[in-house]
Amino acid sequence: MRETSGIKVFRVIVIALLTIFTVVPVYVMITSALKPLSDVQGAFTWWPTSVTIAPFIDMWQTVPLASYFGNSVIVAGAATILSLIIAVFAAYAISRYRFLGRNIFSTAVLSTQMFPGVLFLLPLFLIFVNINSSVGIQLVGTRAGLVITYLTFSLPFSIWMLAGYLDGIPRDLDEAAKVDGCGPMGALWRVVLPAARPGLVAVAIYSFMTSWGEVLFASVMTTDANRTLAVGLQLYSTQTNVYWNQIMAASLVVSVPVVVGFLLLQRNFVAGLTAGAVK
Amino acid sequence: MAAATAPPSTTEAPPKSELKQRRPRPSGWWLPYALLAPAIVFEVVIHIIPMVTGIWMSFLKLTKAFISNWGNAPVIGTKNYEVALDFNGAVGSALLQSFLVTCAFTLLVVGISWALGMAAAVALQGKFRGQGFFRTLFLVPYALPMYAGIIAWKFMLQKDTGAVNHFLYDNLHLGGDKPFWLIGDNSFVSIVVVAIWRLWPFAFLMLMAGLQSIPTDVYEASAVDGAKPFRQWRSITLPMVRPVNMVLLLVMFLWTFNDFNTPFVLFGNAQPPAGDLISFHIYNASFLTWNFGSGAAMSVMLLLFLLLVSGIYLLVLNRRSQRA
Repeated sequence: MRETSGIKVFRVIVIALLTIFTVVPVYVMITSALKPLSDVQGAFTWWPTSVTIAPFIDMWQTVPLASYFGNSVIVAGAATILSLIIAVFAAYAISRYRFLGRNIFSTAVLSTQMFPGVLFLLPLFLIFVNINSSVGIQLVGTRAGLVITYLTFSLPFSIWMLAGYLDGIPRDLDEAAKVDGCGPMGALWRVVLPAARPGLVAVAIYSFMTSWGEVLFASVMTTDANRTLAVGLQLYSTQTNVYWNQIMAASLVVSVPVVVGFLLLQRNFVAGLTAGAVK
Repeated sequence: MAAATAPPSTTEAPPKSELKQRRPRPSGWWLPYALLAPAIVFEVVIHIIPMVTGIWMSFLKLTKAFISNWGNAPVIGTKNYEVALDFNGAVGSALLQSFLVTCAFTLLVVGISWALGMAAAVALQGKFRGQGFFRTLFLVPYALPMYAGIIAWKFMLQKDTGAVNHFLYDNLHLGGDKPFWLIGDNSFVSIVVVAIWRLWPFAFLMLMAGLQSIPTDVYEASAVDGAKPFRQWRSITLPMVRPVNMVLLLVMFLWTFNDFNTPFVLFGNAQPPAGDLISFHIYNASFLTWNFGSGAAMSVMLLLFLLLVSGIYLLVLNRRSQRA
């Protein structure tokens, strides 16, 4: 494309403004995490008066951050693996077979992921409470209960995105596998899944990220026993002091795994998203 | 939508004799259904049962006394809906206010996020040094866990210790007192800015992918014909990313309208009326007063509204693309 000077000016202005908008909160997060408590309790300064790594050490004591971390890993991991396994079979069926009810199923899956979370939250909470009072199975305040609620958003998304991926894998591949004596399941396992590996990774990352950042269900379904980071990070503010430096340090630490994972695999992610979108 | 997922299980086994008369069933006809079975079972458990329960709840007087023994909750018909829609009463007027705030919030956030995403996608089109760096940088707000970014903003928006007031009143020397950003009318500005900060990278991501599919020789040909950059954007870029836009705008609308995290993390239990988004409002109405029947009625109405808007949107788009 021929580039006029107008384009170059536009580019510099847009990039500069958006960089400032993007970076300032991240910058504040990082510098505040390195400030002593007296600094974050007084007037804000763009540059720390003294740098300390104490917040990164103290944050584990102020609240049981390690246990929140563990709960988040287990719940987000379980929700991701479970929805991925279920979604692989469903997506294979949607992508490779024409059968009665196929359109209804895929439309329903697509639409449920757009529903307000609050619509599922109230009934699920009530169902969990009543299961507990009638059968005695505890779901509110357990990791298993939380995983079930997380499937409400991770499962439909996984099915939808994976089906888009599988559509992009040539059918000739499975046909060839079938000629070679593979059954439909053999073709799925030996040919389709290996070819869809970037897609599987992208779906897994997305569903892990969403579960990791989930707030709505976690705020209601968690107690001390299964509290996740999403709710746990807010507890730094309910102490006598608001430990803003530790909150920022903890926010940084819990962000690193998902941000790195996402940025490394963003290309896979974009491909999967648009494959699903333009269908 | 509740009934929509049900048919696969019922159509699974139509009377065998009837089908046999027409043509033999191909072998392996059951395979897709077997593959779908786990998904259908889970869909029923996590979506259909809760949704049916939610609709049923909305017709009950489900207050605190009945939460753990819902079987005893009296049926009160459409009373919950009547209270929620009585805009002269306290519950109804608060709901209406929340709905209007959410509409304004959604329009601003979706519109500005789309514009920023488009500007960034166009600015990063073509080849230049540092392109990959900025592409990655712009995705950071979207990659951060939702609450982490919002908490950073919450700190920045503090009245006396926050970066925003420091910048406006200490660096830029605006006159007057430092305002509160998280209570009062300013809270609307706060949620809008924070929500845009988080959403625009998604628009950028999708639009960038859309722009990549446009062949560069189209631009070259139009440049030979003397088209200026803005004309190129309007006549080439915009029509070519239309399929992406259709999905993008709908998804952004639904996410933004249902946004719960931004107000919840920013305001906690404070709930300023100017930042009282509808999901947050229903949540508080349900869990502060423990009136689940009323909360369920409001969620059902929210769902109906979203279905109506999405339905009209898709209908209009389909009709227009058929005409084109």
